[in-house]
Amino acid sequence: MRNSKLVTLEEAIRRSGLKDGMTISFHHHFRGGDKVVNMVVDKLAQMGFKNLHLAASSLSDVHAPLIEHIKNGVITKISTSGLRGTLADAISHGLMDEPVVFRSHGGRGSAIATGELKIDVAFLGASACDELGNACGVPRSGNAKSICGSLGYALPDARYASHVVVLTDDLVAYPNLPAGIRAADVESVVVVDSVGDSSKISAGAIRDSKNPRDILLAKSAAKVVINSGYFEDGFSIQTGTGGASLAVVKYIREEMINRGIKASFALGGITAHMVKLHEEGLIGRLIDVQSFDKVAAESIGNDPSHVEVSAVEYASGQHTGSATHALDIVILSALEVDTNFNVNVLVGSDGVIRGAIGGHQDTAADSALSIIVCPLLRGRIPCVVPKVTTLITPGKSVDVVVTEYGIAVNPARPEVAEKLRAAGLKLVDIKDLAAKAESVIGKPDALPFGDKVVGVVMNRDGSVLDKIYNIK
Amino acid sequence: MFVPGNNPGMMADAHIYGPDSIMLDLEDSVTMAEKDAARLLVYNALKSIDYGTTEMVVRINPLSTPYGRKDVEAVVKAGVDVIRMPKTETADEVRELEAEILKVEEEIGAVGRTQIMAAIESALGIVNAYEIATASKRMMGIALGAEDYSANLKTNRTPGGAELLLARETIVVAARAAGIACFDTVYSNLDDMETFRKEVELIKILGFDGKSIINPRQIEVVNSVFVPTEKEINKARAVIAGIKEAKAKGSGVISVNGKMVDRPVVIRAERTIALAIAAGVISGEEAL
Amino acid sequence: MKEATAGTLESGDILIQIAPSKGLEIELQSSVEAQFGRQIREVIGETLTGLGIKDAYVRAVDKGALDCTIRARVTAAAVRATGKDVWKD
Repeated sequence: MRNSKLVTLEEAIRRSGLKDGMTISFHHHFRGGDKVVNMVVDKLAQMGFKNLHLAASSLSDVHAPLIEHIKNGVITKISTSGLRGTLADAISHGLMDEPVVFRSHGGRGSAIATGELKIDVAFLGASACDELGNACGVPRSGNAKSICGSLGYALPDARYASHVVVLTDDLVAYPNLPAGIRAADVESVVVVDSVGDSSKISAGAIRDSKNPRDILLAKSAAKVVINSGYFEDGFSIQTGTGGASLAVVKYIREEMINRGIKASFALGGITAHMVKLHEEGLIGRLIDVQSFDKVAAESIGNDPSHVEVSAVEYASGQHTGSATHALDIVILSALEVDTNFNVNVLVGSDGVIRGAIGGHQDTAADSALSIIVCPLLRGRIPCVVPKVTTLITPGKSVDVVVTEYGIAVNPARPEVAEKLRAAGLKLVDIKDLAAKAESVIGKPDALPFGDKVVGVVMNRDGSVLDKIYNIK
Repeated sequence: MFVPGNNPGMMADAHIYGPDSIMLDLEDSVTMAEKDAARLLVYNALKSIDYGTTEMVVRINPLSTPYGRKDVEAVVKAGVDVIRMPKTETADEVRELEAEILKVEEEIGAVGRTQIMAAIESALGIVNAYEIATASKRMMGIALGAEDYSANLKTNRTPGGAELLLARETIVVAARAAGIACFDTVYSNLDDMETFRKEVELIKILGFDGKSIINPRQIEVVNSVFVPTEKEINKARAVIAGIKEAKAKGSGVISVNGKMVDRPVVIRAERTIALAIAAGVISGEEAL
Repeated sequence: MKEATAGTLESGDILIQIAPSKGLEIELQSSVEAQFGRQIREVIGETLTGLGIKDAYVRAVDKGALDCTIRARVTAAAVRATGKDVWKD
């Protein structure tokens, strides 16, 4: 094809003008099956690059090979929404000299759009791409290997990065339209054997949890939603993907049918559960920044009312038009909630990084009603505590906490508390929940934190919210 | 709700699902090699875990086994509410257990604290049901154990429960004659909630006070069958209010909403209110 | 005293292996070492002292067991090791 942008990875890197110390970026739509980060960084290491700033939308267990590259000085700075596995463990124990910068999905989107996070070269994996760079996450041929659905977290990079390289394992005929990543934004296209392990990108639809605790939490959370005052025709909702969150959708659905209520939209990470409700006519639109399973990934490719949005359009705090500003109800999980309703979703109770901010800060802040669903205890680990290990989402954004030992409402929302009480729900003081947790498991000893800052948690507006210290 | 006595994870939070009563099991769900360890787990759990207002029951091993007496010592010292005796066949067995319980209670100065529930799981037990039910003042209820019972009858369990007809009726009748409670057997197929619900509806009609369950997921079904509806509660309130009014007026005959209210109706109304209070649907003060 | 074991590796449980030794030595592996390691060792030690056992090597693999479970498992292992039950016959 004339004007084809097709090159090898090495050539793409050369053309990009990448130099030591610059910023490279990646998305995490291939989740645990991602191959792009490791493949590209391996090549960069081979080519002798040093001191690069890796700005991924998130990182997970599969990115453990970065440990070597960090030790060898190839990567010396990381920005991400989350860290997991041995990489997170190593960083918590002081692997890096520069602290990791943690941002929410909306925060990263804003930072990229405003130039605060300047990306020199974006390496974006795609399920299908044509020779001029129109790229998407849905299948466009019979050879599609790594489907991921929405490319929401890649879109700000595609638009604002100085140089964009798309990697794909399915080169299709021009024009690959409609596509979220547009050719005008793309400099190079690289075809590789595989951008992601499809068995690990997403499962088939996530099965309903049979865990009695999840069911108990879900039923309780559903009662809160239904009696909150926000459960009216045309309401909007977002849920997480944990067992309890998914089950909440099931119980809300029953009540929606009973009352003849429809939701105007569901937002965020979209799952098969949401697609099902949409196809039943119970949800008007699906606004999708991340498709969590194959059903959602296929739906977004086939259904015009299932729409892909960028991280900026999804949750940017600086853009008043972002969807979270229209969101009524969000159901979130937590590693820890404290007696001031502050939430931690990033650092474990042992002080080691093991999660991601995701859209937590954004949805909690912008939504009309934010509900945290979490067990009081996870084994001997307390989830309601006097003070969170690390502050991710400030308490003023958090309205209700649902545990298997009771429901607590933020004192700043007395009207919600009244509605729930009137519906017969028994509310408890969050301090009593923390005390209950301690009475069952004992008072934990202080964690052996050191003096080295290994992570910085950013607020949505670019200010520093909290620091994460190393664990000795 | 049955909880195996050798599973510390389950014993720690069984109460959060709101069962009326938790039964920690030292008998059939615990292998012989682990009976000693399970007894210690149950003892320590009863002493340390805050089960709230849940009634705590332990199913001990029969006194005829090497484990029974130690089980009694451990659970009485731990402060259990009710001891469930398995495979009860005669009133003598009840009296033997009672003596054992008394011995330990006297040792710790807590005489009369522990109640007994007898599980009847054999033909002989059914034949002796009334004697068993009246064998001790501590006897708070009798229950059916259908697995062992149907095997003893040389038949097997069926979804319809024909093999249990006599046993169920006998236990209800014996319990009522003795003025104590009666409980039906477990249903183990967690994937068939429909048949489970039908069984609960049947035993409610037969007159049982409650059902044994093996998993928190079954709680909702039992409650929904047993807990009175708002309509039933309001009807019951009207009956009781009618009685009060009639008593105040010194009138002998009571009628509520044009219907004559005689003693059985009153007793049923009182039972409905009691069930509603027990289920937490209404408070004691709201009742009247 | 002989060697004995009690407990499992299931969530909420603790596996206790006890063997004769000089003095009291506790080797603990726990998923909540940082937060509760010290307390777990304390409960193990107190339980053994309460049973009159001063010389033992204890290897414990903890899966988030509560104190009451730790006490139960340690007692069970000790009873199995010494043959002296805490309940009357």
